[in-house]
Amino acid sequence: MATITLDQVRKVYGGVVEAVKGVSVDIADGEFIVLVGPSGCGKSTLLRMIAGLEDITTGEIKIGDRVVNNVDPADRDIAMVFQNYALYPHMSVYNNLAYGLKNRGMAKDEIDRRVKEAARILEIGDYLDRKPRALSGGQRQRVAMGRAIVREPAAFLFDEPLSNLDAKLRVQMRVEIKRLQRSLGTTSVYVTHDQLEAMTLADRLIVLNGGNIEQIGAPIDVYDKPASTFVAGFIGSPAMNLLPVKAVDGGLGLETGSGLSVPNLHGQDKCLLGVRPEHLEVVDQLPNGPHAQVTVNVLEPVGAESYLYASFENGGPEIVIRVSSHAVHKPGEKLFLGIKPENLHFFESQSGKRIGD
Amino acid sequence: MKKVLFQSRLVPYLLLFPQLSIVIVFFLWPAAEAVRASFYLEDPFGFGSTFVGFDNFVDTVTSTDYGRVARFTAVFTSLVTFLSLGLALLLAVKADKVLRGSSTYKTLLMWVYAVAPPVAGLIGVLLFDQHVGPIVDFVAIFGWNLNIGVDYYDTAFAMTVTAVWKQVPVNFIFFLSGLQGISKSVQEAASIDCRSGFRRFWTVTFPLLAPTGFFLLIINITYAFFDTFGIVDILVKNEPGNNPVTLVYKVYLDGFRGNDLGGSSAQSVILMALVFILTVIQFRLIERRVHYN
Repeated sequence: MATITLDQVRKVYGGVVEAVKGVSVDIADGEFIVLVGPSGCGKSTLLRMIAGLEDITTGEIKIGDRVVNNVDPADRDIAMVFQNYALYPHMSVYNNLAYGLKNRGMAKDEIDRRVKEAARILEIGDYLDRKPRALSGGQRQRVAMGRAIVREPAAFLFDEPLSNLDAKLRVQMRVEIKRLQRSLGTTSVYVTHDQLEAMTLADRLIVLNGGNIEQIGAPIDVYDKPASTFVAGFIGSPAMNLLPVKAVDGGLGLETGSGLSVPNLHGQDKCLLGVRPEHLEVVDQLPNGPHAQVTVNVLEPVGAESYLYASFENGGPEIVIRVSSHAVHKPGEKLFLGIKPENLHFFESQSGKRIGD
Repeated sequence: MKKVLFQSRLVPYLLLFPQLSIVIVFFLWPAAEAVRASFYLEDPFGFGSTFVGFDNFVDTVTSTDYGRVARFTAVFTSLVTFLSLGLALLLAVKADKVLRGSSTYKTLLMWVYAVAPPVAGLIGVLLFDQHVGPIVDFVAIFGWNLNIGVDYYDTAFAMTVTAVWKQVPVNFIFFLSGLQGISKSVQEAASIDCRSGFRRFWTVTFPLLAPTGFFLLIINITYAFFDTFGIVDILVKNEPGNNPVTLVYKVYLDGFRGNDLGGSSAQSVILMALVFILTVIQFRLIERRVHYN
């Protein structure tokens, strides 16, 4: 168990493509960190640099107190779980788990003890003699996890470990990974592009965009106070509504079209207004506070709730409203929406940075 | 598998006919003819033949010459197979790791594959030529008077080198594609699990290359056994007297030079049986230990 410290870590491919642009972060002992972002944001590259599978162009990575820039992957005391599991196809499950321990010259009975213990925790004891090809996706995933935990490493590195599983199994394994990490207390870095996985697993999220850190924070803080329009759009589903607004008689209104009135809390001429779909409330009559007037386009029921897509008069972007699953709205219906002032987010038009706190 | 039902019972036979006729005309018929001829003593001038039972086989197996050629063939085949597989694997592993200019490197290594076998033999002869051969000049520096066509072991050496040289590119191509077929993340997982690259190769890469290796082993034994005929022929310069020849070459020598068609046929039949046994052993023993994904 150990801390992981990244200091101005950069990765440049072929002297031109900068995949990771100076990332610094301190990961505490036992913390579960999730690196999240769209494909190409550098999250996997960063993880692979921690693992030692990619060279570090500049900067420094420390695991515990040791700088590991030039340390061989096998000597970094980390274990990695790969997206496609990367099990050794010619070895039995038992040997897949034991391989890393044998190479470290561990005593046979200690290897046996650890493999049996991991098999018990992960409930794979029944197929220790099987080859990986005789296992289902979920079982392979468990073996991959087992290979990581038998090592009892300083840190677990997960590279999108659940993306090859079907939806139901993914939820189940997600819960298991979290429980396992809690009970073992091993520092973990987990890469995913799935914001839901990121939200549910992380102690702290690191949202990456184009090789830069957009925001670091506890999932709920990132959700409540996204640092930029990128984070606002990436974390949360459906995404936060972002509306270009300008100053109009004492408040803010839509840049294109009408039907929106919110207070100008930060005295901006022009900015982007953010409102989460669940913070738009359908009301019977035009409220005094911040409000909007929209026309219903589509109602999309997803079971537990429904998403209402609506647009403003005279154009402007389409917005999403989260409503109860029993709400009935017809296309073309006119709606009044009330918004609480504390649920308004403001972002700079150009940089997309959050205004205020 | 999808089941297809034909209207007429003749159609499937008609579809198989081209393939079957090739097998019958070019394999079964000559093989049967060889088996028949092996029991007869043919008149060298074609005036008739006498049935002699197993005499041809007895003569062949008991002759000291046959034993000598069989031993040489065994050693030659083992050496060519082992060396051409080993060198090709080494080159493929190194080529797989080359990052810059890898395609040039690979093309250069595969080039020899495009050289036709007789040309390869001819190049071999030139390299080992008594008067102009650079290899002869080179080993002369170390006091080795390399003399092919005259000295038994020198000819065997040249034969092995040429045969290996010709076969390495084929093996290289297969090994390289085999290596590139191994999942990158499996190799990365291994690099986290095992520090020693050497150990990693023998415990992960090599077993995963086994299907390719098994296939190549059969191809290479067959090559060393049969396809080296042209190289042997050019290197012994029609003077097989004191020179090493393979069993296949001896079949040709005895049949067409010695005009002993019966004895030569008996040798062919022995070779056929040998190849059959070898194939069965290979598939029975080795395939069981090979991991196909």
